[in-house]
Amino acid sequence: MTVYSILIVDRVGTILYRKQWNQSGISSEEWAKLMYGMLFPVKTFESTISPLDPNFNFLCSNTGNYAIHYYESESGAKFVLNTDNTVQNIRDLLQKLYAEIYVEYVVKNTECEMGRPIESELFKLKLDQFIKEHFMKSVQ
Amino acid sequence: MSRQNTRLDVKKVNSELFTLTYGAIVSQLMKDYENVEDVNKQLDRMGYNIGVRMVEDFLARTNAGRCYDLRETADKIQYAFKMYLGITPALTNWSAAGDEFSLTFDTNPLTEFVELPDNYQNLKYSNILCGALRGSCEMVQMDVSCWFVQDQLKGDLATELRIKFNKRLEDAIPAGED
Repeated sequence: MTVYSILIVDRVGTILYRKQWNQSGISSEEWAKLMYGMLFPVKTFESTISPLDPNFNFLCSNTGNYAIHYYESESGAKFVLNTDNTVQNIRDLLQKLYAEIYVEYVVKNTECEMGRPIESELFKLKLDQFIKEHFMKSVQ
Repeated sequence: MSRQNTRLDVKKVNSELFTLTYGAIVSQLMKDYENVEDVNKQLDRMGYNIGVRMVEDFLARTNAGRCYDLRETADKIQYAFKMYLGITPALTNWSAAGDEFSLTFDTNPLTEFVELPDNYQNLKYSNILCGALRGSCEMVQMDVSCWFVQDQLKGDLATELRIKFNKRLEDAIPAGED
């Protein structure tokens, strides 16, 4: 289980936080933009094409050697986790990340302005711990 | 801000302390702005800022899913009042089209111990609630309007808060796309 990177985007599309543990050759900012630029149309596509209830809040996409997991809260906070192929079905985990890390350390922190990139060191620390705890062997 | 506060059990926060703190905020605002309309506006703004954060806490705790009509939303709002203020407002006076309803309170924890002086009859003392509702609904893609129809502070039998659904807000498109 390896986590390569994480991206958090708010409801209006502002990139709140991004972190890459493995460099993929492009700059982190570019990577974040590419990722979000890819996910947004897919999300629209999914909700349009869905034969069932178009309630979209989780998406998982596998490629040959990595997977992208996407979770969106009802309030529109979006979490993208980029991992290796062995990680599957982590919707609950991403929800936990939202409830226990994002809400606790960003939303309830009055120092963190809503809609601005997250600067809080405490949040970064907690996020790191969360990832380490749940993807033990992953982060070098 | 100390972290301990957030761990405090919601039920154990002293409601009198809460009521008095809110009263102190309102009276300070009255001193600062001297104009009732400005105070109403300011309370609404404060509520809005609370609402946009509070809804995230609500979602995280209740794990609530999407609402498919306003009645579902109303139930969730009712539940949120129970959760955050310890009161259960009645859902009444639905409009025929189902896009408007009222929350009726027998007791309002914000207005305990409060008497409005005669010259402040236009003050919407609990306007922070309107702002909080507006802010939290906006975060879940709903544009709503809220206002007080009746207020016990002004001699009415109950406090009635009216909520009107205006429109659904669409997801924002990332910059650079149409």
